[in-house]
Amino acid sequence: MRPAGKGPLESLYFTYPTFEARRAPELDGAAPRHPVAIVGAGPIGMTAALVLARYGVRSVLLDAKDTFNDGSRAICIARPSMHILERAGAVAPFVKKALGWRFGRSYYRGTEIFRLEMPHPPGEKYLPMYNLQQQYIEQYLHDAVAACDLIDIRWRSEATGVDNRADGVSLAIASPHGDYALEADYVLAADGARSAVRSKLGLRLKGENYEGKYVIADIRMDHDFPTERRAFFESASNPGGTVLIHKQPDDIWRVDYQLGEGESEADAIREDNIRARVGAILADIGHTKPWELEWWSIYSANTLLLDEYRHGRVIFIGDSAHIVPIFGVRGLNNGLADADNIGWKLALVLKGEADAALLDSYSPERRGATLDVFANATKSTRFMTPPTRGWRLAREAALSLSLTHEFPRGLANPRQMQPYTYSHSPLTPFAGQDAAFVGGPACGAAAPNAALDDGGHLLDHAGDGMTVLAFVDGPPTPELRAALAGLGDIDRRLRVLAIAAPGADTGGDAPFARVLADREGAIARTFAASAGTVYLLRPDLHIAGRWRTPAPDEILQTARLCLGSAPP
Amino acid sequence: MSLTPIAEMEAAYEALAQGIDRAGPEGEALFLTRLALLLAHELGSAERFTRAVAAALDG
Repeated sequence: MRPAGKGPLESLYFTYPTFEARRAPELDGAAPRHPVAIVGAGPIGMTAALVLARYGVRSVLLDAKDTFNDGSRAICIARPSMHILERAGAVAPFVKKALGWRFGRSYYRGTEIFRLEMPHPPGEKYLPMYNLQQQYIEQYLHDAVAACDLIDIRWRSEATGVDNRADGVSLAIASPHGDYALEADYVLAADGARSAVRSKLGLRLKGENYEGKYVIADIRMDHDFPTERRAFFESASNPGGTVLIHKQPDDIWRVDYQLGEGESEADAIREDNIRARVGAILADIGHTKPWELEWWSIYSANTLLLDEYRHGRVIFIGDSAHIVPIFGVRGLNNGLADADNIGWKLALVLKGEADAALLDSYSPERRGATLDVFANATKSTRFMTPPTRGWRLAREAALSLSLTHEFPRGLANPRQMQPYTYSHSPLTPFAGQDAAFVGGPACGAAAPNAALDDGGHLLDHAGDGMTVLAFVDGPPTPELRAALAGLGDIDRRLRVLAIAAPGADTGGDAPFARVLADREGAIARTFAASAGTVYLLRPDLHIAGRWRTPAPDEILQTARLCLGSAPP
Repeated sequence: MSLTPIAEMEAAYEALAQGIDRAGPEGEALFLTRLALLLAHELGSAERFTRAVAAALDG
């Protein structure tokens, strides 16, 4: 919602474009069969289209609206998402505009009780978190989509019917130029929390709704405070409710405040009440200068998901598959990981490089990630919006003790998102090899990054198929040669990176795409590796397997599973 | 579990009763909750604490 007198998309700082509906070739007798139709051109749908395009796969991207989503909405982009955006070819404007951060503060009755510090290992390329309004996220993704010949974006095109068959999917599309049928091999449903595709297929999200309601308000003000997450419990301005404050670009600040028990939703979202409540919160944090109201909305926490994310040739990604509470900033980030996960798998299937069975791993991997989000988010939601007298009393006791004791302070930790580890995935068959390592990233984990001498980073050199990190101290051993030769036979995109001490003789004829100098062994330490260690990375840079010494049979079996050429 | 000498238990019992009275009817719930969290920290075992919660409910 916006202040009285403002149009629905009349922002203080952002000009919403209006997109025309182009006339679809289907209306003039063409009947192209699209490899992928993506319903919903929000951040998740656009990212999926860009990931597919990276592999040369065409898609048609449909959206019922004629512009971006209204309001700043999801504003926190986590480090793993920056890697996804980078590999989708869209990260540069994000780095330029977004506000990176890694710290936070929690206050109880005006006194700081908890200092949040998100881990930032020195080898990482991106900060743990970035704040950016969703309109900008959509604009930057759209700029990349518009520049890509492989993506046919159709605004004002609503999917009004879905026929999901064994051999393909027909979508009924309504557009200003007329109605038509669109044929696709696969459909990605990225049409959000109120997914039309989901309801057309008769599917429902299942799970819990939480009681507490939050107002989310964006304001513009000249306010001097670093980009940190601030949480206020029992503040003078909102007793009984929690307040969160985040900084965004363009002097925009997000103020979230919890409504009291029994407070009417209809009253709460009235402009005069928003102004009074936000004004009191700003007075509380010492802001006395003027401020302007930009946009507001109301929110309550849910943990809802589909039983299966894939239904034949229709695959759900983002909010259409799962709704998570906002406190862990996982809605957008989880959805981007969905888009990346299905993107590389579907691309390899459509390119004939993987069997369609590979798609079976999407739902367990990403549904597992959502359940993991729920477990963390349920904890943080109970702390942010205690549902019963018992939870309220326990929180009050913990917060009040935090003023003078260290031990309960961690309970106020917002548990910001960590990338999910696919340790129980069918694509991670030799997770038992973790036992041979002391530290380093486990099988299924997102690969850590490492800084290189030339100012670049290790993961800059990863490929779009499988990537091998081979830690060597000389020319490849016969076992390593055997493993690499076998991998080369099954993955034409294979990229092999050798990691060795500077100046090491790795052999003139070695099958390495690059030899990366590991000065002072920093990369080896990050991966708990020694000479002989092999890491096999999936296209999404999660670790498919790791071996202290190359076991060619296990390495090849893992790669075959990841490329869908062996049954899981 | 070793038996607490009765004199020790008696002192704890008195401190608890006096604490509840000092907190007053308005403050006793928060007082007892804070006390429980402090003791949980001292105990250092979520399992033993959970058993004590169950035992306190049983009756």
